[in-house]
Amino acid sequence: MQDFGGAFQFAFRLVLTADADLIEIIGLSLRVSLSAVGIACLAGLPLGAAIGMVRFRGRTAVIILLNALMGLPPVVVGLLVYLALSNAGPLGWLQLLYTPAAMIIAQTLLITPIVAALSREVIEQLHDEYAEQFRSLCVPTTTAVGALLWDARYSLITVALAGFGRAVAEVGAVIIVGGNIDHLTRVMTTAIALETSKGDLAFALALGIVLMMIALTVNTGVMALRLTATRHAYA
Amino acid sequence: MPDGSTLTYMSVPLPPAVAPMLPGETRGLVYRVGEKRLIDAVDLAIASGCVTVIMGANGAGKSLLLRLLHGLLQPTAGQVLWGGRTLGEEARRRQAMVFQRPVLLRRSVAANIRFVQGLGRDVSALPVADVLDEVGLADRADQPARLLSGGEQQRLALARALALEPEVLFLDEPTASLDPASTAVIEDIVLRAHGRGTKIIFVTHDLGQARRLGDEVVFLHRGRLIEHSPADRFFEQPASEAARDYLAGRLVL
Repeated sequence: MQDFGGAFQFAFRLVLTADADLIEIIGLSLRVSLSAVGIACLAGLPLGAAIGMVRFRGRTAVIILLNALMGLPPVVVGLLVYLALSNAGPLGWLQLLYTPAAMIIAQTLLITPIVAALSREVIEQLHDEYAEQFRSLCVPTTTAVGALLWDARYSLITVALAGFGRAVAEVGAVIIVGGNIDHLTRVMTTAIALETSKGDLAFALALGIVLMMIALTVNTGVMALRLTATRHAYA
Repeated sequence: MPDGSTLTYMSVPLPPAVAPMLPGETRGLVYRVGEKRLIDAVDLAIASGCVTVIMGANGAGKSLLLRLLHGLLQPTAGQVLWGGRTLGEEARRRQAMVFQRPVLLRRSVAANIRFVQGLGRDVSALPVADVLDEVGLADRADQPARLLSGGEQQRLALARALALEPEVLFLDEPTASLDPASTAVIEDIVLRAHGRGTKIIFVTHDLGQARRLGDEVVFLHRGRLIEHSPADRFFEQPASEAARDYLAGRLVL
């Protein structure tokens, strides 16, 4: 038990003194996950908006598929990206395996369905509300899409944050395609897994604390946004 | 039909090159869902210069007829003509509609007006403050539109429709869920728009409102056009059994 308490103490000291290794790992984590969220939003938001606004054959099937993909196991995504990027794979010539780029690709694949599925729901709801009024006003399609995205912005930011939360916390995909290489592809979750198995509980705990704080911050942000939006009746 | 003579009714300044919007008419209009003919062979002539009130019991097809006239729904059969020409987006651009439940953008009151002014219509784009002043919302410009009361929301929806300077204004029971004071304000704004030459087509099942506003009444019953007559005559001597029952407050089935 004393070891345990000591580990906690050491962990807090690492966090408070901004230990260099710790900072490097946190930095890479944020860089990889924020990049993944950025790309996932670029792809997922328009996709979600399109599916939310347009009625087409097989739409229900697409929605079911998207919703199912939201629950993709990270290790499966990691495995698929690994197969694609390995030397024998179709994208092997890119030589991306075990680089941060591979990790970004894996996390992007993991969370794009989340962003698309959630934004589809948000946009569809708003579209149903606006559609007849917009038809009456003869609003051009591009203006309508812009208006929907703008008026749903609070909900869509929440969607992006949900994607970020999932990306930064997953370990299965990045450990397969990144390889957890020190100073190169080691992120918070993979480091925690490694240090725990090595028995260096203090370092693992320090990272765990940071991860918890990030999760807390993101959730506080989501909550604050929701409150602001509700207060202004935009939600 | 689209000769210049039909223009005499209007005080709205029309660019001479634009064909007149009115009169409007429907020919053999049918709207069917499955086997049910919700609008059944309606031939209706819509003249200029008067307030047309569409009446009928719930489910008579009032709102459907309004949406068909505005082109929000495609008829199963028959035609809607405005100024002798088939209804299309070009015609809808010169009309506006206020819905029973106002659909406001999740933005400020002023931004709701600016949105329609930014749609590139050929309108005079009055200052937003003037538009809001017309409906008594000038002091609410910066508030979120959806925090307004029901009556204020409907006034904003009406102001937004009028900002488009429509030649025809459709109103689908705009006061159905409003209190008498708010209703009076809405009616007042509508009558002023009428005074400026906007053709008003107003759906209501409030008899008092129909008497106050209507110059002529279109009475629908089970999707059919039963009566189309001047308001006085409709209220004094309804020609049909269905209209008599409706006016007497009897259940019309």
